[in-house]
Amino acid sequence: MRALAAPVAGAIGFVLVWQIAVWARIADPVLLPSPTEAFTDTWRAWTHGTLAHDTWRTVQRTALSFLIATAIGVPLGVALGAKERVYRSVEFVVDFFRSTPASALFPLFLILFGPGENTKIAVAAFGAALVILFNAAYGVINARRTRVLAARIMGASSPRIMLDVLWWEALPQILVGMRAGISLALVIVVVAEMFIGSTDGLGHRVINAQMLFESGLMYGVIFIAGALGYVLNLLFLVIEKRFVHWAGK
Amino acid sequence: MKPRETAISIRGLRKAFGGQPVYAGFDLDVKRGDILAIFGPNGCGKSTLINMAAGLLAKDGGSILYDGREVSEVRVGYVFQNYREALFPWRRAADNIRYPLRRIGLSRAAADARVAELAVQFHVRFDLNRYPYELSGGQQQLISIMRALAVEPEVLFLDEPFSALDFETTLSLRALLQDVLKATRITTILVSHDLEESIVLADRLLMLTRRPTAVADDVKVALPWPRDIAALSSPGFVAIKARCLDVFQKAVAA
Repeated sequence: MRALAAPVAGAIGFVLVWQIAVWARIADPVLLPSPTEAFTDTWRAWTHGTLAHDTWRTVQRTALSFLIATAIGVPLGVALGAKERVYRSVEFVVDFFRSTPASALFPLFLILFGPGENTKIAVAAFGAALVILFNAAYGVINARRTRVLAARIMGASSPRIMLDVLWWEALPQILVGMRAGISLALVIVVVAEMFIGSTDGLGHRVINAQMLFESGLMYGVIFIAGALGYVLNLLFLVIEKRFVHWAGK
Repeated sequence: MKPRETAISIRGLRKAFGGQPVYAGFDLDVKRGDILAIFGPNGCGKSTLINMAAGLLAKDGGSILYDGREVSEVRVGYVFQNYREALFPWRRAADNIRYPLRRIGLSRAAADARVAELAVQFHVRFDLNRYPYELSGGQQQLISIMRALAVEPEVLFLDEPFSALDFETTLSLRALLQDVLKATRITTILVSHDLEESIVLADRLLMLTRRPTAVADDVKVALPWPRDIAALSSPGFVAIKARCLDVFQKAVAA
C-alpha cells in the first residue's frame, strides 16, 4: 500500500497542476480543457464512440508486429551471437538501421507493402526486430565463458551448449530487448496510424481529434496511448522477474 | 587389461601466449590415484596446464595422454575457481548435479539415485532443490564438486577451488574432499596458490618456476591420511612446508 502512495500522490499532483493551469487561464480553454472535461469527453468516446475499438486496433497491430519481430529477432540474434565473427560483420548494418528513425522508412515501406495495413505492421516489426536481434546477439556474446567450458567438459555438444547454456545466458538480455521492442513497436504503430492512410487506431484518433478541435478527447487519447505503453512495459518487467529469477544474483 | 601405473603422461608440452613461451618442452607423469598439487608463482601457467590437460585450451605442441588416450576419450571432472560463474543458476542444485549424468546418457531415475548417493557421501544437510544463488558460497562450491564427481571421472581437475571461500568453510570442504578422493582413488590435479592447502591435500607437490615453466621441485607428501587440523602442525608437515617455502623463494628470485 505504501509503495502505491507516492505514485498516486504524483498523479493527483499532476491533475491538480493541470486544473490550476485551467483556472489561471494559462491557455485558451479550447486548447486546454479542464481535466473533468477531458475525462467526460474521453469516457463518452469510449462508451458511445469508437475509442475502445481504436485502442483495440492499436493493441492488435502492436502485438502482431511485436510477434513478427520476436519470431525473427530472437532466433537470428541468438544464431548471430553464437558466431561472433559473423555478427561483427553485420553489426554495422544492424546498428545503422537501429539508429535510423523508423518514420524515415515509411515511404520505402509504402512502396514495398502498399498503403494498407501491411505497411504499418512491417515498419513496426522491422524497427522492433532490430532492437530484439541486437539484444539477443549481445546476450549470447556476453555469456559467461566459464559456464560454456563447464558444459563442454561435462560432455555437452555444441547444439546442446546452445540450448542448455547460451540460450539461458542470453535470456535476461533477450527479455530486455523484447521490452524495448514492444515499446518501439507501439511508437511506430501510433505514428503510422497518423500518417499512413488509416481509418482506425489511437494514432488516427488523436490526429483527428486535434484537427476537429476536440481537445478534451485529444488529451484523453494521448493518455490512453501513454497508459498502453506503461502497461506493456510493466507487463514485461513482471515477466522478466518471473522468468529470469536468477538475474543479478 | 590391467591398467598401467601411470594415469597421466605429459610429453614435450609447448604453449605460448603472444609469442611468450609458457611451456617449452614440459614433461610430467602422474600416478593413478595420486593427488598432485601444483604450486608456483603467479602467471607461471598452473591453470594453463590443467586447462590444456582438460582439453579446454589448445596446446601448441607435445602430448597429454591418459593411459595412451586423448582427453576426449576420458571422463574428466573439473571444479572451477568461480562457482558463481560455473554453476547454472537457472537450474536447481540437484539439476546441476544431474546435468553431466544426463549428458552421459543416464536415465532420470538413475541420475536421481546417483545424486542421492552423492548427498550421503558428502553429508549434505541443505535442500538440493534450491537454486544455487539461494545457497552459501561453500554450499555452491560443494555442489560444483559433487557435479564434477557425479560421473565418477577418471581424472579430476581442481582450479583453486577454495580461494573464494572463508577459512572455516575451506577447512570443512577440504576434509570432505580428501575423504571422498581417498575413498574413490580418483587421479586428481589441484592448482592452488595456498601452500598449506597444497601440502595438506596432496600425495605429491609440484613446485613450478617462472616462465618458461619448469619443475623447481617435486615433493612427495607422505603424511598419513586423513589429515585434520592437527596435521597442520605435525613435524612432518612443518618440514615439508619449510622446504617448499625455501624452493619457492629461490624459484621466484631466479
